[in-house]
Amino acid sequence: MHELSIANNLVDVVLQQIQGIGCAKVERIHLKIGALSCIHRDALLFSFDLVTADTPLAGAQLQIESLPIVIYCNVCAATQTLPGVQSFRCPQCNTPSSDIRQGRELDIDSIEYVEVDSRPIDTPIPEGSSS
Amino acid sequence: MNQPRILEVRTKVLKKNDELAREMREEFRDAGVVVVNFVSSPGTGKTTLLRETLRRFVVEGIPVAAVVGDLETDNDARRLAESGAPVRQIMTHGMCHLEADMVRKHIQDWDLHALHFLFIENVGNLVCPTSWDLGESIRVALLSVTEGEDKPLKYPGIFNTSDIAILTKCDLASVCEFDRNEAIYNIQNVRPGIRILETSAKTGQGMDEWMAILRSMCLKC
Repeated sequence: MHELSIANNLVDVVLQQIQGIGCAKVERIHLKIGALSCIHRDALLFSFDLVTADTPLAGAQLQIESLPIVIYCNVCAATQTLPGVQSFRCPQCNTPSSDIRQGRELDIDSIEYVEVDSRPIDTPIPEGSSS
Repeated sequence: MNQPRILEVRTKVLKKNDELAREMREEFRDAGVVVVNFVSSPGTGKTTLLRETLRRFVVEGIPVAAVVGDLETDNDARRLAESGAPVRQIMTHGMCHLEADMVRKHIQDWDLHALHFLFIENVGNLVCPTSWDLGESIRVALLSVTEGEDKPLKYPGIFNTSDIAILTKCDLASVCEFDRNEAIYNIQNVRPGIRILETSAKTGQGMDEWMAILRSMCLKC
């Protein structure tokens, strides 16, 4: 289960990224995962919870956007989205293509976090504040 | 409570491995060594094909070396060492793939400038090694005739990221009622244009063609 290694790498990158930005808590991590990246979604979610326990990322959610494979078809002179991963042929004209434009992603897109509250502890929250 | 803020990152999860692999690829190129990463399921015959490859290079006097990854045991390293080439075993202790830093750690005291080829035999697994760049020059996916023609369709990721596909154990093809045309069609479907070799390390079928491909890539021969 390589998702455990993936989760460990993910945690390292996120911890590095949130350093020095005044992050109190990471709420959500947005990932983009291509159909060719061989990641099992549930295994990654499970591994992430496992490796983040007792870290500043504990409780953070993974939001995974799955990306289909997109190839460039020379004959159609256009990019084409593939319906699956078993055939790298243009869905319009059936020409094989190894020019892959999307599908290998294993990327962290963004991190949602809550800032450290910079107000002094005794400062009253103004009335009408939504938070 | 403050409203959540968004930090745009747009970074690869495997950034650390990718950066190290890039460094290693440059080191390999500067040293003039061609690095070949063998991937397949367990039991496809990576070790046998590699042992025969190493043996032929050793006989020709071409300096080669290999590292081999397994969860446990150094059996494969001992098998490969029968070729006369220097071999190191990487024991991953449960990890299902090799990562760039494991390879680097195991080859750091080798003089890469003295080598023409370095072979990496990955852990037998058709899923997990896919995303891990080891700094190799080429990735070679093996498929044995005993495994079934549709394996490339079941594991498209690994075949799609490979540069050459090798059918192994072709001496057993008729016993297994292996449909070579279907297997080749399936491989080409998930990796259009890939070169496919049909080999048997036991009978020597396809070995001359395989060795010729490697020699054509050699930076020092």
